[in-house]
Amino acid sequence: MSLLTRARPGHTASRPPRASRRAGTGRLAGVLLSPTLIVLGLVVGYPVLAAFRLSFIVSSESIDPQTGFKVTATSYGLDNFEAVFTGDRFLRPWWNTTSFALASVAIEVLIGVAMALVMHQAFRGRALVRAAILVPWAIPTAISGLLWKWIFNSQGVANELLGANVLWSSEGFQAWLSVVIADTWKTAPFVGLLVLAGLQLIPGELYEAAKVDGAPPWYGFWHITLPLVRPALVVAVLFRLLDVLRMFDLPYLLVGPRKHSVETLSMIAFEEMSNLRFGTAAAYATVLFLYIAVVAFSFVKLFGADLIGRGTRSPQ
Amino acid sequence: MVASVALLTSALAGCGDDSSEPSAGGPAQFSGRGPITLATGKDTTGTIQGQLGRWNREHPDEKVTLVELPESADQQRQQFIQNAQTESDAYTVLNLDPIWVAEFAASQWIDALPAKEFPLDKMLPAVVKTGEYFGKQYAIPFNTNAGLLFYRKDLLDKAGVQPPTTWDEMKDACAKVAKLPEGKSVDCYAGQFAKYEGLTVNFAEAVASAGGTIVDAEGNATVNTDAAGKGLQFLADGFKDGTFPEESATYQEEDGRRAFQAGNLLFHRQWPYQWALANAEDGSSKVAGKFGVAPLPGLDGPGKSSLGGLDLAVSKFAKNKATALDFIKFFSNEANARTNLKVNSSAPPYAGLYDDPALRRQFPYLATLKESLNTAVPRPVVVRYGDATAAIQESAAAAQSGSKSVGAALADMQRNLSAAIAEKK
Repeated sequence: MSLLTRARPGHTASRPPRASRRAGTGRLAGVLLSPTLIVLGLVVGYPVLAAFRLSFIVSSESIDPQTGFKVTATSYGLDNFEAVFTGDRFLRPWWNTTSFALASVAIEVLIGVAMALVMHQAFRGRALVRAAILVPWAIPTAISGLLWKWIFNSQGVANELLGANVLWSSEGFQAWLSVVIADTWKTAPFVGLLVLAGLQLIPGELYEAAKVDGAPPWYGFWHITLPLVRPALVVAVLFRLLDVLRMFDLPYLLVGPRKHSVETLSMIAFEEMSNLRFGTAAAYATVLFLYIAVVAFSFVKLFGADLIGRGTRSPQ
Repeated sequence: MVASVALLTSALAGCGDDSSEPSAGGPAQFSGRGPITLATGKDTTGTIQGQLGRWNREHPDEKVTLVELPESADQQRQQFIQNAQTESDAYTVLNLDPIWVAEFAASQWIDALPAKEFPLDKMLPAVVKTGEYFGKQYAIPFNTNAGLLFYRKDLLDKAGVQPPTTWDEMKDACAKVAKLPEGKSVDCYAGQFAKYEGLTVNFAEAVASAGGTIVDAEGNATVNTDAAGKGLQFLADGFKDGTFPEESATYQEEDGRRAFQAGNLLFHRQWPYQWALANAEDGSSKVAGKFGVAPLPGLDGPGKSSLGGLDLAVSKFAKNKATALDFIKFFSNEANARTNLKVNSSAPPYAGLYDDPALRRQFPYLATLKESLNTAVPRPVVVRYGDATAAIQESAAAAQSGSKSVGAALADMQRNLSAAIAEKK
């Protein structure tokens, strides 16, 4: 409709009716987007709502003493959430989840930025270095989990190199550390890649001007590189944060299920599910979902990550 | 966030209608003939397909299709459960780990089978029992498995000792071997002590070998007893006094096998599959031809092994159950068990095969294995086996690492096991 209106010859001289054109574009956008929205609603919205509903379903089981058959009674209530928040089955995995996020994201940012600075330099064999740095990120987590499991085996390479006999896959700080190491190895390149993209947008004249003004090299990094690369860095950190908070596969494969030093909230949700307690599993998953949402929201508020592409704000 | 949604979705995928079904209890009807499926873990040896081919040639109208599930037992269980929760007829005959039989029977996912139609009297009684629940036969043994004590014959001979039958004899043998120049760098004993299903198996063996039980005949938890305490004490002391090498706290089957094949272990608790691999002459094993097998040692005499293996059951939601029944008869018959033993050395449920002279020549450990199987005990029959094994692993690992005393660990285990067994409030 609106397209036709615009094309009408009589209207070319006068200004087009802005409001109606916008409304028309909006409607068109709505029509064009609706398949996507419907699909998203089905594959994202419905499971979230269904799991939310499931987390309120409380089922109790007993065995019929005559037949040995399981008798299940279900009702609605808050018992699943009560089960989540009472006992030591929340704090420890919650702290594991959070400490993984804090530690590995911090190390990944340091290493990732260093990697980006190296990849950004012009030198012979730069393409090779870039490819080599990105290899760990291209390996599926499940595979790298297995690789590191072998490295951290009691007779593995890590102990060989350290000349020690550390039992990485038993309970303790070393198990936690092995997950952080493996996660850093795998995802620092991802941070590096995003930061590199940011670096390549910085015009070289800025550094030249700084040089002409006699500024020392660290000044260029601190006052030009960091502020200008910030938007890219913030996005990278946000992505990594969300990724680590839901971490499941790496600790599960590398150290194993039910190891309290590395057990994350996702692992508990999975464990509950495989023991057919779908209500508690859904409650754990819902709590984790809300936790991640809160962390993401506060992060965006604090650091102003430009996720919806309103354009990069110019640095001061 | 999308990923946590994926987790939620997978939680949902496993969940069907939660409402309870009134317990029918009547005998299952095995009617209907036609094509069926066999759902089983990955056919790594290729023998299953060959046997199905033979059945399919003879029964062109009742063909069996192989449905291969992942190799990992946990993933197999997940797929079986998903199939049952959606009441799908995609799987007809299920090849189940014996520890699942109680859960599947109690949830009415599998049908009780007419026991009289199977040659169960020819099978080892302990193995037949793995398919029973509440006095009915829900599954028919396909193969079985028991733990054996692998020992370094060369070192024991040099030290002049016989294979041990008790834990004390075993420690004495280790002390004697340690004095030999060849025995310097050899550790005494290892089992599967990492915190996973293997620890439940090893704990159950230690308790049974000390004369205790985990669950009694009425299905109540019985781990807070003197006998069970002596069993767990053996596992805890082993780490304290250096009988078990420190790193064996992370050993699963393959880690221990590597250590044994590298010549680093004097005694190793292992399933029979290690026999062929440790005897390989291609240089992968330093102990080829130098070891023997014996039944597991115990507190005052020979110990008792836990049972492994696979059982065949019929899905309640399947079609063509008459064919399924015939197929199980064919698939679990003695001739097939013999083939499986010959081709992939999987232990047959039939007692007679263990005395077959030709097979004994090919598999010298058969006599010992039969001895172990005759006294073997199933892992605790608990409907909520996942919770039960978690409770066992939790406490056993704590006692092994010394973070809890044996008494406190068993008290915790007793409480958690009882909770897993009792109705969930």
